[in-house]
Amino acid sequence: MSDVLIHNVRLLSEGLDQQGDLLIQDGLIADFDPSLGRPDGAEQIDGDGAILCPGLVDMRASLGEPGFEYRETIASAAQAAAAGGITTLACLPDTMPALDDPALIHMMRTKGEETGSLTILPYGAVTRGCRGEEMAELGLLTEAGAVAFTDGAKAIASARLMRVALSYARGFGARIVQHPEDPSLAGSGCATEGDQATRLGLPGIPAAAEAIMVARDIRLARLTGGSVHFAHVSTGEALDLIRQAKDTGLNVTCDTAPPYFDLNETAIGEFRTYQKLSPPLRKDEDRRAVIAALADGTIDAIASDHQPRDTDDTRLPYAVAPPGGAGLATLLGVTLGQVHNGNLSIAQAIDLLTARPARLLGAQGGRIAKGAPADLCLFHPDRIWRVEAGKLPGKAQNTPFDGRPMEGKVIGTWKAGRRVFG
Amino acid sequence: MFYRQKHLLAIEGLAPDEIGHLLELADSYVLLNRSGKTQRDLLRGRTLINLFFEDSTRTRTSFELAGKRLGADVINMSVSTSSVNKGETLLDTAATLNAMQCDLLVVRHDQSGAPHLLARKVDAAVINAGDGTHEHPTQALLDALTIKRRKGRIEGLSIAICGDVLHSRVARSNIHLLTTLGCDVRVVGPPTLMPADIASFGVRVFHNMKDGLKGADIVMMLRLQKERMTRSLVPSAREYFRFWGLDAEKLAFAKDDALIMHPGPMNRGVEIDSAIADHPERSVIKEQVEMGVAVRMAVLDTLSRGDGRNDV
Repeated sequence: MSDVLIHNVRLLSEGLDQQGDLLIQDGLIADFDPSLGRPDGAEQIDGDGAILCPGLVDMRASLGEPGFEYRETIASAAQAAAAGGITTLACLPDTMPALDDPALIHMMRTKGEETGSLTILPYGAVTRGCRGEEMAELGLLTEAGAVAFTDGAKAIASARLMRVALSYARGFGARIVQHPEDPSLAGSGCATEGDQATRLGLPGIPAAAEAIMVARDIRLARLTGGSVHFAHVSTGEALDLIRQAKDTGLNVTCDTAPPYFDLNETAIGEFRTYQKLSPPLRKDEDRRAVIAALADGTIDAIASDHQPRDTDDTRLPYAVAPPGGAGLATLLGVTLGQVHNGNLSIAQAIDLLTARPARLLGAQGGRIAKGAPADLCLFHPDRIWRVEAGKLPGKAQNTPFDGRPMEGKVIGTWKAGRRVFG
Repeated sequence: MFYRQKHLLAIEGLAPDEIGHLLELADSYVLLNRSGKTQRDLLRGRTLINLFFEDSTRTRTSFELAGKRLGADVINMSVSTSSVNKGETLLDTAATLNAMQCDLLVVRHDQSGAPHLLARKVDAAVINAGDGTHEHPTQALLDALTIKRRKGRIEGLSIAICGDVLHSRVARSNIHLLTTLGCDVRVVGPPTLMPADIASFGVRVFHNMKDGLKGADIVMMLRLQKERMTRSLVPSAREYFRFWGLDAEKLAFAKDDALIMHPGPMNRGVEIDSAIADHPERSVIKEQVEMGVAVRMAVLDTLSRGDGRNDV
């Protein structure tokens, strides 16, 4: 592998913001400095003032494999991830079969390595088959390389089971990731309860279903000393509870996803299934509360919450269509929207997409440092493009951002020093 | 022509003049129907398909009769909703119907938004004959026509819509239509059967019949399905009837000349007392059925003209 000098870029990583050059050697970041000479034989790339940041670390995405290859394969997800600047991705275990066996954890890690462009960090299932009944072998799964535990899109409903899982996982230093929604309250709901759901005649889920689960699990984290992480948090009420819990020093963390700070429930329009997400899109006041929690640090990471769907899934009546949106290629662009409108600094945005999720996952990437793997993303913060379902990289085209103009475009992605996009 | 849509998917979004046009035309069909001199050739050569994914006798029959009175070729298709993948059936059926060059497609489906999905896939004008808990636009139009003919006006009337508003597409369509035409609309029922934020639709919410019916010109009852009891939204039929069933005592809270309406089919003794349902002067329930045919003729007539691009 030849050396690469990326010249004249804004280097942006946790604790680092400077104009300069970066040298890649043997798949690692060999050096970076306001000015580096080009070593003999090194390829030089002129960054032309664009931003070079660590490859994005997406801490929540569903992959079609194993079991739903018609929606997306790992190869196609890797292609979309590379186009989105993502070099590390944590995948959910509610596949078919569920990732509840050490062999499956090994398989997912290996499949990631085989892509050559994407490190896949699998979550292990909290319960066998993600059925919410018996606890899976958390110890063996940890040993095999599971980064944390979750039942994916399903909440761990039983308080007893959640207590046991938090307590047992603590012994292995592992975190439990919860889909925060009380299932008995959510029922068969498919939109946030309120005037929008009423107008469309769709069964509603009260926004409080999120806060109720968050409140319960914060108390269980305190009871057990365990670590709980709330995924795709979308309501102000839940974020207030998380903020308080953090202030009291509990091991509570959370992430959100771009739809929850970029869209509100009105995006559903006339039954548009690309906008059917779980949790459902919220009222605008909740969207604004998510932005405030990103700005004040309550939210630890922005994840794509990628859920591939194919046309047979989305061309269904709204209430029966499976929820979820494609999110890999749009993760950076939508997040930069909050920088352009002044809600976040560029450093905050990049940390939420790189260093902070990397720390939560115990991942190697996520920072620009000498000797760190050369997982890098080069993007132009102002370059304009438009999201178009049908023309996105990868197989999954079910983007909730269809038609949205974007400001900020990935122009190059490197995985372990090898250029995988651009 | 004042109707500016290709389809009739919902009352929400229609302008007062569009509703007014449909009601006026329907009114003329009432007279024609009564005289027996219907225009038997207006829709000659046109194909009307009644596509029902949910059982319905009266609505389907009403559309069938309306189509036949206007001379259309009417085909009834009932598709079982028990098939495993309803969605596949829905779009596959749409493709089939499109190939048959159907002009007017009447759809009933147990999922909110299903007619919208079909409308995006077929060339025909789509008429929503009831979708999930979303809308039932022709029911609201026939209710409005019944009211207009009996009361001479719609604007300014007080209308109480009572019962299971949460699960009622009839209630939603009526709320949109009656508020658009300037009525005082109240919804009355137990809190567990009220949709969230229903007040934002410009209605007043009451949980007891005495306050809700006070001074009402029209008392519109909704059907309560047995399933609501099994889901514990109301404890029992007898408790429901005691507090929200329309009987003589509760009707007395409304105006002396208040009319009684029900979209049918009725659960006698659950949401309405038999004597009230059959009240010779006050109950207009049978008249609603008659208006239904005229309204559907007006809708078919309007949508078949100019391929829905009327006056645009």
